[in-house]
Amino acid sequence: MLASTASIIARDLRLAFRRKGDVAQVLVFFVIVASLFPLGTGAEPNQLRAMGPGVVWVAALLAALLSLGRLFAADYADGSLEQMLIAAHPLAATVAGKTLAHWLTTGLPLTLLAPLLGVQYDLPAPALGALVASLALGTPVLSLIGAVGAALTLGTRGAAVLLALLVLPLYVPVLVFGAGAVSAALAGLPHGAHLSLLGAFLAFSLVFAPWATCAALRIALD
Amino acid sequence: MLQAESLACERGGRLLFKSLEFALSPGTLLRVSGPNGAGKTSLLRILCGLAHPAAGRVLWSGEDARGLGEEYTRRLLYLGHLSAIKDDLTPRENLRFALRLAGLEPPRAALDAALERLGLAGRGDVPARYLSQGQKRRAALARLALAQTQPLWILDEPLAALDVNAIDTVIALVSAQLDAGGIVVLTTHQDVAFAQASVLHVVLNG
Repeated sequence: MLASTASIIARDLRLAFRRKGDVAQVLVFFVIVASLFPLGTGAEPNQLRAMGPGVVWVAALLAALLSLGRLFAADYADGSLEQMLIAAHPLAATVAGKTLAHWLTTGLPLTLLAPLLGVQYDLPAPALGALVASLALGTPVLSLIGAVGAALTLGTRGAAVLLALLVLPLYVPVLVFGAGAVSAALAGLPHGAHLSLLGAFLAFSLVFAPWATCAALRIALD
Repeated sequence: MLQAESLACERGGRLLFKSLEFALSPGTLLRVSGPNGAGKTSLLRILCGLAHPAAGRVLWSGEDARGLGEEYTRRLLYLGHLSAIKDDLTPRENLRFALRLAGLEPPRAALDAALERLGLAGRGDVPARYLSQGQKRRAALARLALAQTQPLWILDEPLAALDVNAIDTVIALVSAQLDAGGIVVLTTHQDVAFAQASVLHVVLNG
């Protein structure tokens, strides 16, 4: 089971490496969206600091959403997904591998890039630390929940919009506590509780999201 | 031993077939034929467990294939209407991954030998994007040369888009598999003969 998950991860990372443009698109989108706000609202430092956590988090969330279409759609179109459904190992191993590979190619780079954008908003070091910690805990949840949405909208018309409508409301708790952690750190307040809650979301979605994704994939391919 | 028990299939509110019964013992070839839209692919997908039948069951060694889960699917090699070839991977990488999904891990030399058998010698390192439709199909079919251990092959139009040489190779592989006691289910519009005695025909009329 672990070996098959590893082989799926290796394959998806290799595919991502061969199509670097797709990965870069998401990161560039993240940087551009987060950089547009100061241009629109003016460069008043206090205002920037106040809105920085929310803007960076919303930009990360939209970038993650943008990348979800790729998660299963290509494998669905060329028949690879059929083969994964009737593989020698459980579908859950495949789904876990694909979700983890998705996080490694979107959530992880977003997390690593975020401090640079935080500096744009004049966030102090403790807030930058909270930003990285909250994204590190929150972006895997975005991938896990997003995988359920991507599987449910597979093969439907207008899948991209439907996916956004389906997934964005589910992202709200992650956004609230993710941006909340950074704001708390910015105000000099303890933010451990926010991070604990994000960790709880992660644990919860680790258990339930792959299961729901498997069920949705089986329905989509029936 | 693969058995169909009063299978029925419905697509878009239309009944494609019903009360379909057959039993395939080792070494038997099942040829499914019928006009376009008669439900050949649907039947194959039901046999694989990808699609639900409207009624009936698929049995493997007397047990419900759906209940067996991976116990059933790891005995299975399915080649669908879609080739499952990734344009960004080379034929060798595609082949290695397809076999890994089936639980097989042949050495590199065996992969190259399989590609060579399907006429893709020297093309193992070219991204599949640069291959023709027929060559991509050959890359997908190369699995057959390494999947002798799978007792059940389900092949949807394996001969489509192939030239005469490749058709002969595929027929030879299928024949060898039947002689070795495998069960093969296939659909084809081509008029090809299999030497094996135990060939079963199912004709779907739509």
